[in-house]
Amino acid sequence: MGHSFEGYRRSNGRVGVRNHVAVIPTSVAASSVASAVADEAGAWARATPHQLGTSQPDPARRQTERVLVGTGRNPNVGAALVVELGTEDIDAETVADDIATTGKATETLTIRETGGTANALSEGAERLGRLKSEADRARREDADVSELVFGVECGGSDATSGIAANPAVGAACDRLVEAGGTASFSETPEFIGAEHILADRCVSGETRERILERVEAREGMAELMGVDLRGAQPTPGNQEGGLTTIEEKSLGAISKGGTTPIRGIVDYGDELPTNGGLVLMDTPGYDVESVVGKVAGGAQVVTFTTGRGSTTGNPLAPVIKVTGNPKTWDRMSNNIDVNAGTVFDGESIDSVGARVFETLVEVANGRRTEAEHRRLEEFAINEIQPEELTTEVNG
Amino acid sequence: MKGRVLDDALLRLSASDNVGTTVDDLESGTEIDADGRTVVLVEDVPFGHKVALEPVDSGGEVRKYGEVIGTATQAIEVGEWVHTHNCESTRGRGDRAAARGESA
Repeated sequence: MGHSFEGYRRSNGRVGVRNHVAVIPTSVAASSVASAVADEAGAWARATPHQLGTSQPDPARRQTERVLVGTGRNPNVGAALVVELGTEDIDAETVADDIATTGKATETLTIRETGGTANALSEGAERLGRLKSEADRARREDADVSELVFGVECGGSDATSGIAANPAVGAACDRLVEAGGTASFSETPEFIGAEHILADRCVSGETRERILERVEAREGMAELMGVDLRGAQPTPGNQEGGLTTIEEKSLGAISKGGTTPIRGIVDYGDELPTNGGLVLMDTPGYDVESVVGKVAGGAQVVTFTTGRGSTTGNPLAPVIKVTGNPKTWDRMSNNIDVNAGTVFDGESIDSVGARVFETLVEVANGRRTEAEHRRLEEFAINEIQPEELTTEVNG
Repeated sequence: MKGRVLDDALLRLSASDNVGTTVDDLESGTEIDADGRTVVLVEDVPFGHKVALEPVDSGGEVRKYGEVIGTATQAIEVGEWVHTHNCESTRGRGDRAAARGESA
């Protein structure tokens, strides 16, 4: 299609746009060691510290394990070190083995077995060194944009999000889908009030039913707990930015996926297809967890629209930030990659969409995003809550 | 951008909308030519917020993007700021379920 980039082709066929060595802790108890080992090694090593405990109820543990495995399997990862304290329900060896089925090198580090943190750090450094040699064998080669999985996110929304940044990113998604790639947006609570529009765009009755069911489940959580979604959605910041209701926020939010048919919806952290068109993921509205879900699903590049301003990034996937708020661009341009606020001066949505798409191709080709320059990285895994488990049991 | 900007001041995203979105911080008293009708702001309205282009009855639908975004909690006059003080969501209302005795 004339849009190519140089990427790292993995033996499972997926193409990475970066070649990081991931350092993946299985619990909060191994997170500090994972971060320390990665920091000591250098920028090529990327830790994914998180807050989840050593023991979780089964459905929650399965989801955590899926995200840990998906994180290591992301094509931007050239090799992975899985770190555990040694008391976790999740077994580091199993996680490493599931990552290794993509053909990349993996190792594990068990803090208790190495004899405490001092030894764990020196052992970890040694193992990371070996993994770096393995990852360094990858060479950049020609790849096509159709091989990209583009994760689309919004955070710190205001009224400009639905008018400028989201439709512009949507226009970029349309270009990518037209070229044969995959675009994915999520944040199911932000489908509430716009689900009828999404449902009408589904290619199958099954996808349509699934989307409506997921929206009902997220909305039902509020009813189950006897709380009013208005306290949290739109957030106080969204409200200050002009968004009055969740319906208004959702109607603006869904435009970031573009206008192509919806081909499916996958669970949180599940693998997203390549050459898949527009595919949704069922995630919470908390943006860091939502980005991580899509990265675990295989997204090599993420775009993040913001009206009020955000510094967010991800350890493994470059995050392209786009704002439609001219004041936010003036204040925070060193944290934001694309200015979509120009639509208020007359630039067309399609023209801004073309700039977002060009940025996507350049970033895939190695250009670092503002968040990458500053090593602004956030990582959090969604934990299924006890109330959700009850709902699941009760159907 | 989608929709039409009225008098360089208000963006009407869809012809069926009864609110417009300000494209700048606007002061009380600002007069906006909305397709031949004059909308006078009765209060200051910040950038990105909504202004009623038509009167809305209490309990009436507030429309933006050509869709219903909420209901008016009180009567709204043309030129008024439309936000959480006079418009509310109809979705995710666990408080109403609780009032009906349906919550867990």
